[in-house]
Amino acid sequence: MRKYIFNFKILNTLLLFACIHHVHGQSDSLARRKTNDSIRPRLNMDAIYNRPFLTSTKLPVAIGGYIEANTQYRSTDGVSDGLHFQMRRMTLFVSSTMSKKIKFLSELEFEEGTKEINLEYCAMDIEAHPLLNFRGGIIMNPIGAFNQNHDGPRWDFIDRPICATGIIPSTLSNVGMGIHGKYFSHLWIVGYEFYLTNGFDDKVINNTEGRTSLHAGKENPEKFAQSSNGMPLSTGKLAIRHRNIGEMGFSFMQGVYNTWQIEGLKVDHKRKATVFAVDYNTTMLNNKLTIMGEYDRAMVELPGNYTQQFGSLQWGAYTDVIYTVIQKKMFGWEKAKLNMGARFEWVDYNDGRFRETKTNIGDDIKAIVPTIAFRPSGTTVIRLNYRYEWSHDLLNNPEVKSQAIQFGFSSYF
Amino acid sequence: MKKLSFVLTLSTAMTLAFSACKKLVSASPSKDAVMSSAIEGLSLEQNKRFSDGSEEFSEIYDEGSGLGPIYVATSCASCHSGDNKGHPSTNLTRFGQIDTNGNQYLDRGAPQLQHFALPGYTGERIPQGAMSSNFMAPIVAGLGYIELVPEQDMIDMADPQDLNGDGISGRVHWNVIPNWVKPSANAIQQNGKYICRFGRKGGVYNLHQQIVGAFNNDMGITTSYMPIDPYNAESGIHPSLSSGADIDDKSLNSTVFYIQALQAPIQRDQNNVVVMEGKTIFKNIGCAKCHVESLRTGNSIISALHQKTFYPYTDLLLHDMGAALNDHYTEGFAMASEWRTTPLWGVGLSKDAQGGVMYLMHDGRAGSFEEAIQWHGGEAEQSKINFNQISKTDQNRLIAFLSSL
Ligand code: HEC
Ligand code: HEC
Repeated sequence: MRKYIFNFKILNTLLLFACIHHVHGQSDSLARRKTNDSIRPRLNMDAIYNRPFLTSTKLPVAIGGYIEANTQYRSTDGVSDGLHFQMRRMTLFVSSTMSKKIKFLSELEFEEGTKEINLEYCAMDIEAHPLLNFRGGIIMNPIGAFNQNHDGPRWDFIDRPICATGIIPSTLSNVGMGIHGKYFSHLWIVGYEFYLTNGFDDKVINNTEGRTSLHAGKENPEKFAQSSNGMPLSTGKLAIRHRNIGEMGFSFMQGVYNTWQIEGLKVDHKRKATVFAVDYNTTMLNNKLTIMGEYDRAMVELPGNYTQQFGSLQWGAYTDVIYTVIQKKMFGWEKAKLNMGARFEWVDYNDGRFRETKTNIGDDIKAIVPTIAFRPSGTTVIRLNYRYEWSHDLLNNPEVKSQAIQFGFSSYF
Repeated sequence: MKKLSFVLTLSTAMTLAFSACKKLVSASPSKDAVMSSAIEGLSLEQNKRFSDGSEEFSEIYDEGSGLGPIYVATSCASCHSGDNKGHPSTNLTRFGQIDTNGNQYLDRGAPQLQHFALPGYTGERIPQGAMSSNFMAPIVAGLGYIELVPEQDMIDMADPQDLNGDGISGRVHWNVIPNWVKPSANAIQQNGKYICRFGRKGGVYNLHQQIVGAFNNDMGITTSYMPIDPYNAESGIHPSLSSGADIDDKSLNSTVFYIQALQAPIQRDQNNVVVMEGKTIFKNIGCAKCHVESLRTGNSIISALHQKTFYPYTDLLLHDMGAALNDHYTEGFAMASEWRTTPLWGVGLSKDAQGGVMYLMHDGRAGSFEEAIQWHGGEAEQSKINFNQISKTDQNRLIAFLSSL
């Protein structure tokens, strides 16, 4: 069987070519903020384009980005390493509309300084019909909601939900292609996405995290040029929004993750990883109360008689409840907001019982995170979080309690 | 002006939040409830080595860092969680030797079974006909003290011919040691054999030997001392001599130092009346004949370990524990029914490392102290009979004492 390979270099050249052919017709030189049409209700799948961009009429592109930084004091069972300053990430995005029906967006992320530099997203969209668009390049796998809608300034919490990093390894993006589309009616929007991409590798169950981890399995630096096994990962999502009620999304991702053949020679059995996710969000009381969350479930096939540190079933969920306590002109900012709320989360990295003792396998974590967030404007958030965490080790020993006090900000620029 | 007031408000809020840090976090558990602290009085340099070793001890290995290809677990800490006991799910299996005539299955991958394998490899299976035994990871805290008990003291405690006629005839395990193990300067030798004290069969000379073996046999991590990965006879692939060891001597040495410098488990409630009565009963019914209360260390360059009395409740000797504890597997020159007296310090904290349940004895077969005592036979038969004859109240006092350890 021939391996299917998305060649990233060719794609890049194509996109560059497309950009160069699009520099005419503008006159004023001031960069200005592009206003997105925010009247139209949006789905999580629209989040990547629905961002504040700066455009200059001299340039064919719109640019934007965001940063996230914070300080943290964390303590586990009373032992603390003291106060830390963390520059979590800076992201740059560039978008351009090459012609009416062709768009391009790329997103470059610098995590923890320059420790990790990732091209998180870099794809082209071609619209045939609102119901049928083609997308190709490095795309965000549409699994869960957080992965699609993860920009720091949108969240009132400093940490990402654990299930969205520990179960679904946000930000999860891969080279691939597929289709997406939306259907609008008076009160409803329905959106779908389906892509085939490169997938995970053996590290899912052979890693230094010592547990099943899609996160470890996505790190392969080769993944933008070559699949680990020549078999695509399929990801699909169906989302539905009612203007007055809210949005629900159902997503699914499945693929063989291990290298089961080398140059056509079978060296192992094929083993699949499957993820299901359900997400929801709703606002009520005049948009003052927002409730959103996600449930993720990952099933990973293991070799027979594999060490029980690695589970075949993982799941996690979180719910954020945010209430706008004050919304008025504050400290000179016209539409400033003060939000208060809390996140509740629970993740079980290894759901099952020990073969030998029939007792519960631990490796789980629960947390409550109250937050106070001040939003001087729609694009900036300053937040203070207190995190209280209970976790069990693999053997399900008495829980370990950790606390963290975090203060930070995130802003589009 | 408004922005100024904002910045002021913000700074005040931040200062308040972080000055409250200490109050908003939970207190650390007391020292006698955990095992992973360092002994007191280490030098700064020793503290540094201890923390390097601690990191090494919890390091999780994968294919990239040298794990396997066949192995039992991926880190020291996954078996010795919190430096405490193991759990049946991480028990290891050894096979192939039924008596003192050596292991007959060395060419079949004996003595240790590595039943797990990296993806793409197959784990080992016990060859047909080989007898085997399961081993649960013991507490590793306090072993620095045990390593320093003078050999002469062990010989003095032994009574191989039972000359005192008390039915208990502990003996030291004279065993041959690999050529890369360096005996101490004043080591006592007998026909090329040395006095060994570590492992449940007491067949290992010192912590260095134990840990080099653990890296290799438990995880497939090679060192300069054991540079070849474990062998799976069934798959027939001979492990190649790797170009370099998976971990260097410095990492190995800090792991050894970490174990040497771990605080001994600390008894709780020792002044409680019931606990004190339990301790008297423990001595009266003969438990302390093997589970000797106190031993003394010899000389050490670590001042905190130098010439110190400590309370491990073991004599470090081999005892014939009777038919029920005979798994028809043994090591070195111990008989299959012989086991080294398990130190009882820390035994009251077992639960905290075993998921709230108790798994005692060499393979975790006993679910409570009472059950553990009932498994005692052979030389310990009389003390078990004594235990069964005392009143229920006295039995509970004894259990309260064991729980305080
Ligand atoms: C697969 C589980 C497992 C792993 C991994 C493991 N051990 Fe052990 N350990 C055991 C068992 C079981 C024993 C008892 C062995 C015996 O009786 O021979 C033991 C014994 C020991 C002892 C001697 C205890 C005594 O009282 O004699 C020390 C020290 C030790 N281990 C340290 C380590 C270190 C350091 C590592 C990592 C390099 C490690 N172990 C990895 C299971 C494990
Ligand atoms: C002849 C020596 C001897 C005597 C006497 C003896 N023990 Fe033991 N004990 C041992 C040995 C050896 C083991 C380890 C056996 C094994 O693991 O299979 C052991 C194991 C134990 C254990 C399990 C420890 C663990 O961590 O798994 C407990 C508890 C215990 N003994 C308590 C007692 C009590 C209480 C008495 C008195 C009633 C007693 N022992 C008398 C030798 C003795």
